[in-house]
Amino acid sequence: MSGSKKNIFGKMNDTSLLLTITIVIFFLMYIGAIVFQGGAFTKPQMFFNILNANAALIITACGMSVVMISGGIDISVGGVVALVSMCCAVYLDYHDGSIIGSILIALGIGIAYGLVQGFLVAYLDIQPFIVSLAGMFFARGMTTIVNTAPFNVADEEFTALKLTRIIIPGMGTTNKKGIYVPAYVEIGVIVALIVVAVLFIALRWTKLGRSFYAVGGNKQSALMLGINVKRTKFLSHMICSVLAGIGGYVYFLHVGSGSASHAMGMEMNAIASSIIGGTMLTGGVGNIIGTLFGVLSLSTIQNIVSSAGLDQAWWTGITIAAMLCIFLLIQSVVMAQKKKALKA
Amino acid sequence: MEDNRVLEMRGIVKTFPGVKALQNVDFSLNKGEIHALMGENGAGKSTLIKVLTGVYSKDAGTITLEGKGEVAIHSPQDAQKNGISTVYQEITLCPNLTVAENMFIGRGEGKITNWKKMNEEADKLLQSLEIPAKAKQQLSNCSIAVQQMVAIARAVDMDCKVLILDEPTSSLDEQEVEKLFGLMRDLKARGVGIIFVTHFLDQVYEVCDKITVLRDGQLVGEYEIKDLPRVQLVAKMLGKEMDDLSDIKGEGGSYEGADADERVFEASELQSNAGIKPFDFYIKKGEVNGFTGLLGSGRSECVRAIFGADRVLNGTVKMHGKEVKIGKPLDAMKHGIAYLPEDRKGDGIIGDLSVKENIILALQVLTGFFKPFSKAQVNAFAEEYIKKLNIKTASVDTPIKSLSGGNQQKVILARWLLMHPEYLILDEPTRGIDVGTKVDIQKLVLELAKEGMSVTFISSETDEMLRTCSRLVVMRDRKVVGELSGGDLTQNKIMSTIAGDK
Amino acid sequence: MSKTANKDESFFKKLVGNQLFIPILALLLLAVINLINDPGFFKITLGTNNAGNPVLSGYLVTILDYGSELGILAIGMTLVTAASGGQDISVGATIAIAGSAMLRVLCGGTSRPTELAAPIIVAFLVACVVGMLCGAFNGMLVAVFKIQPMIATLILFTAGRSIAAWINNNELPIVPDPKFAYFGSFIPGIPVPTTVFIVIACIIVIALVLKFTNLGLYTQAVGINENSSRLNGINPTFIKFLSFVILGLCVAVAALIKVSRLSTINYSVIAKDIEMDAILAVALGGNALSGGKFNMWASILGAYVIQFLTTTLYKFNVQSDALAAYKAVVVIVLVVFSAPTVRDYMKQLTKKVAPAKKEVA
Repeated sequence: MSGSKKNIFGKMNDTSLLLTITIVIFFLMYIGAIVFQGGAFTKPQMFFNILNANAALIITACGMSVVMISGGIDISVGGVVALVSMCCAVYLDYHDGSIIGSILIALGIGIAYGLVQGFLVAYLDIQPFIVSLAGMFFARGMTTIVNTAPFNVADEEFTALKLTRIIIPGMGTTNKKGIYVPAYVEIGVIVALIVVAVLFIALRWTKLGRSFYAVGGNKQSALMLGINVKRTKFLSHMICSVLAGIGGYVYFLHVGSGSASHAMGMEMNAIASSIIGGTMLTGGVGNIIGTLFGVLSLSTIQNIVSSAGLDQAWWTGITIAAMLCIFLLIQSVVMAQKKKALKA
Repeated sequence: MEDNRVLEMRGIVKTFPGVKALQNVDFSLNKGEIHALMGENGAGKSTLIKVLTGVYSKDAGTITLEGKGEVAIHSPQDAQKNGISTVYQEITLCPNLTVAENMFIGRGEGKITNWKKMNEEADKLLQSLEIPAKAKQQLSNCSIAVQQMVAIARAVDMDCKVLILDEPTSSLDEQEVEKLFGLMRDLKARGVGIIFVTHFLDQVYEVCDKITVLRDGQLVGEYEIKDLPRVQLVAKMLGKEMDDLSDIKGEGGSYEGADADERVFEASELQSNAGIKPFDFYIKKGEVNGFTGLLGSGRSECVRAIFGADRVLNGTVKMHGKEVKIGKPLDAMKHGIAYLPEDRKGDGIIGDLSVKENIILALQVLTGFFKPFSKAQVNAFAEEYIKKLNIKTASVDTPIKSLSGGNQQKVILARWLLMHPEYLILDEPTRGIDVGTKVDIQKLVLELAKEGMSVTFISSETDEMLRTCSRLVVMRDRKVVGELSGGDLTQNKIMSTIAGDK
Repeated sequence: MSKTANKDESFFKKLVGNQLFIPILALLLLAVINLINDPGFFKITLGTNNAGNPVLSGYLVTILDYGSELGILAIGMTLVTAASGGQDISVGATIAIAGSAMLRVLCGGTSRPTELAAPIIVAFLVACVVGMLCGAFNGMLVAVFKIQPMIATLILFTAGRSIAAWINNNELPIVPDPKFAYFGSFIPGIPVPTTVFIVIACIIVIALVLKFTNLGLYTQAVGINENSSRLNGINPTFIKFLSFVILGLCVAVAALIKVSRLSTINYSVIAKDIEMDAILAVALGGNALSGGKFNMWASILGAYVIQFLTTTLYKFNVQSDALAAYKAVVVIVLVVFSAPTVRDYMKQLTKKVAPAKKEVA
């Protein structure tokens, strides 16, 4: 028994080992939910709703994974999401702006954050945590400066875009009255899936993607192997911030309002999703598909918690922190096991 | 330049502020030759390597490469472009990437990684070099030896003419070393010139063709391996000729109390997790003894085990004949053992703290968390030892990091003397400090012994050890291989024991 | 150049070199700004409050009063920073936890009790234990499992407020005894805010601890050179752990003040963003955020400078939620100027400029 186990741990590389654990756990959890809670979980739309509600999180978590793989961290993403939704909301409603303009604003905020944070971290060697902590508070503060009161966007063009549904054929269900209700996803989900696909390909097949792993694995070695470590670090922060900007817009598209309290704690969800998805805090190990499953696992468990009648707000925070703790533990145990297997 | 020369360095000079690291050193390397670069600490080996790889810029001299003429090397990248590759003791690869990636990342054209082609090429190369690794394997799943070989494979694939192996065998076991040697011979057959830096004499004689010996930044000479027996090699490295018997025998620092035969400290079968073989050891009251052996032979690891600085795996320890348990440094300190570590900067000084805080630290810890000394007391302690050891510092409040190396060492020494230990361990107390201070420290050791303190003294300089110690434990390859005392305490005897000639 | 000029220069250097220089300079700067804006800023008046007690009021009193929690937290945060080279970002959340535990004991789990379910001292001790447990949790992750302090404390940073709400079943109990409110406001007959006395007590305690134990020496030694500390018989793991537990205790005291101010709690708002201020206080005190040597008094002074800044910003009609943005800029400026790369660059720059100056002279 232990012999075969050793083999598995020894042979697989860190990334695919942690990824497998995550995917298995997600399916176990979802099947468990269907078996024990039934009801909503048996309908495909339940799954699509999870996607709809978490498209923005998927995008920001992907960016977070890139930074974490290259050995950094960025806790400003939640703040950036809030800032983007507020700025876009104000622009659309108070300044009668266009959709294109608002998208450019979202991207602009992301790029500006990437430039500043990336420069401070990569070229001035300041701890990424301090930099992004300040970034988070700056974004939150700026959001209230832009507009204090939360408000819903009434712009017609925007509302139309917000309500656009993409029907998934064959996955609908018939309701009690016998009417066929088609299954659908929102535009944000498409954006999220594109981001996942692009990043997955980029991390696996481009030289830049591989240098994120190299820098996260061992900075000194990466330098000796001829990789431009500073530029790599800078770009990882740039990607994360730009994705936070895009995620912010998708979030805005989903909720349709601007508020200073939007996306509270989203940075934590993004970090937790990445870790659950098998990205190591120490850098160098991680996978975008894992992050996708990390987000899904996280939201599935939240749904289970709430449909189990524990829908008070505090359970969300506690569950996420608990899951994060457990997965950190799994990571360290698995890695220790692997080291043992290797030595034996 | 001769036909089969790949590298010739002529008249290399490198000075650092106050130190002449290299003085007019020549070095040449032929095609298909394994050339050992030998010398004790501070001999200039690593400086020479760093000049060659562009880490340091040279002050004078020329570097000529086959087919390229005289070259200027300003960075490790320059060196690589010129076909000079280095494999260090510490693996400089990324453990989280695959073997193939580690061989190809950071070079080549294009922005896309072609995994299939890369894996095929890597497997081909691994096979041809007979390296037991698969292209798709994650590097951290390979043993250290294989990782080292992958680094070499990368170098080979980058068309290197000169391969520098900087102490690659330090963390390998015997079988792994054999594998590495196999690879080295293979490369030799392909015409690669290899510079091999190591401290293990056995290995030099097993695999090398030529030896260049450096000492104190100067070239001692270049020798064919068959012309240079081990004892002579050691003699050349240490700077003592075989027939140089004019050693200063210890002027005696021996303690003459009635209890002079009492064993203050005794260890049997002591072993730590730092990779030394179990060893026995004892020291008598007022005795000065030492561990000797080349660098990397395990002398520091032995005293660290005694002090509990590394995790002790097994063995028994006695103080004054009574069995005691020493699991951590504080245990050792409580039993009156003090340890001045080898790495002054990393393990000794607390850089940002003042001289006085550095002096009182050990005694303070021993006195207890809840009994801090008063300011007056701290100043009194500090002043006393600054005077006693003649420490040159602007004031007791100066941060220790702004002192010179010798004075820093004296402060650390003061720290342990203040504890009034029964047994003092000094690991390389004289390394990297000026001659005056060296003599001061040696004198001090003898004085302390006269007063009844037991001292273990470790130094790379044999004459220092001969001057101070009355008994020497000789080590080779992390094993105690002999013990010398009385009439056996001569340069010759030490060298032959170190070299392992029968 | 005359000799006196040289002397002046060295005096100037000494002054600038002192760790208290930056916080005092910042304090003076803020004072001048306020003096220009409104000289009334410095007026202190003796009036009576709603309960008919004599109280001092004025902006300066407000700063002293509302800077208390920060001053107390700065003590613990300084130790954590020095020992571990990182910061605890969960202090705001753990204040919520400790405060919530205190309310739970005081009100016995009902939201509108008519009398105290337990004496205040018992509730406070429970809060202390809870605070220290939170500190121990963080400390364990950092010292034993070697997780970066900020990541380790991120767990409680997120979960903390939820746990706090859970302790009281998301109710907002109100403490019925007016005596409880004394800690966050005034004791009848004494015109000085009680919090000032609490801070003074804390400062005296930490001063005594630093004087009669080796906490300061050990913490700095561990922060500067862990290997060397170990070889001198110090247990670095324990010292790091201890620093987090002490911070937990500071959190409990801060929670007492916070909860007492309102006699109730608001889980999502209580001590919001205070972690940022506490870190800022340590940095403003001239202490390296990467650990090592520390100056406790500079940190505490830094805390009051932050409060001064906050009050000044309020005076300029900045909303409370927007404060964070201004402070974030201050943090970035501080961090950038203390970054080694920037310092090296500045040194080179001054070297280049210095000879040019001489020529001019």
